[in-house]
Amino acid sequence: MGDFFPAGIFGDVSTGSWFGFDRIMMVRLIVVVLLLLLLWLGTRKATLIPGRGQNIVEMGLDFVRVQIAEQILGKERAKPYIAMLTTIFFAVLAMNLAGVIPFLNIAGTSRVGLPLVLALWVLVTYLAAGVKKHGVGKYLMTQLFPPGVPWPAYVLITPIEALQVFILRPATLTVRLLANMMAGHLMLALTFAATHFLLLEGGGLVKLAAPLTFAGGIFVTLFEVFVAVLQAYIFALLASIYLNFALEEEH
Amino acid sequence: MNGITGSIATIGYGLATIGPGIGLGIVIGQTQIATARQPEVAGRLFTNMMIGAALIEVLGLLGLVAGLMFT
Repeated sequence: MGDFFPAGIFGDVSTGSWFGFDRIMMVRLIVVVLLLLLLWLGTRKATLIPGRGQNIVEMGLDFVRVQIAEQILGKERAKPYIAMLTTIFFAVLAMNLAGVIPFLNIAGTSRVGLPLVLALWVLVTYLAAGVKKHGVGKYLMTQLFPPGVPWPAYVLITPIEALQVFILRPATLTVRLLANMMAGHLMLALTFAATHFLLLEGGGLVKLAAPLTFAGGIFVTLFEVFVAVLQAYIFALLASIYLNFALEEEH
Repeated sequence: MNGITGSIATIGYGLATIGPGIGLGIVIGQTQIATARQPEVAGRLFTNMMIGAALIEVLGLLGLVAGLMFT
């Protein structure tokens, strides 16, 4: 667990200082710089017939726009939110991939701060979208009192829906991303630490188990790349679904 | 007499994976069946499958978080 709370480079995060700066923060900053650089290089000389670099960047942008935003929200309603969804997707993707990049070796999203901020951003955005579309009263009405339910059931449903809208949605977004990245890092550390231990400390035949754990480590690394992409996709997808709930017409 | 030592929470997380495992199996399996029957809506089915899978996954991850919190 110490990996997630490394010693501060200056200041100290774990003792409650707000301005501590440690290894994870450094990784996050590096990732941000790399991501911006990549996007800038990809779109610097944007031409109508895209070159190779521009093509890759455009593929990513197009994926978010078509596969996530427009498929869930529809072409017209998606327009104001594409920028947010794209930012979230690329930020989460880059931060996740830092977990398998050599020398960085820890995902920027594997401590609670970043997922929490992104989830709160989503929460505020869909609340604002709902309020803007329906007005405060009507929005709460449609969210907390779903129509077509016999009225005594509201005693049960309304608190559940309130919990769902205001707490559970951002909380599950945060926990899903955080726990996935944390579990991934633990698995990676476990397999490679086991290889190290078996190869260097194990006596006799025990050394033969080392290639096995090393192969496991390679497998977990590839699996982590898959999980990183998947979690970025799911985060953006769920954000657009929550927006869709907020923007829904009355039934 | 010294048998197994360690935290019982480890077993708890093992148990917590059973439910989501069953759930994911059902969701993905049914999506496969539906895609085989109607390949033309495969994209839409896949998106819905991901949403369902994400919701189920949280339950397993809650087990992981609880395991880390209460050891």
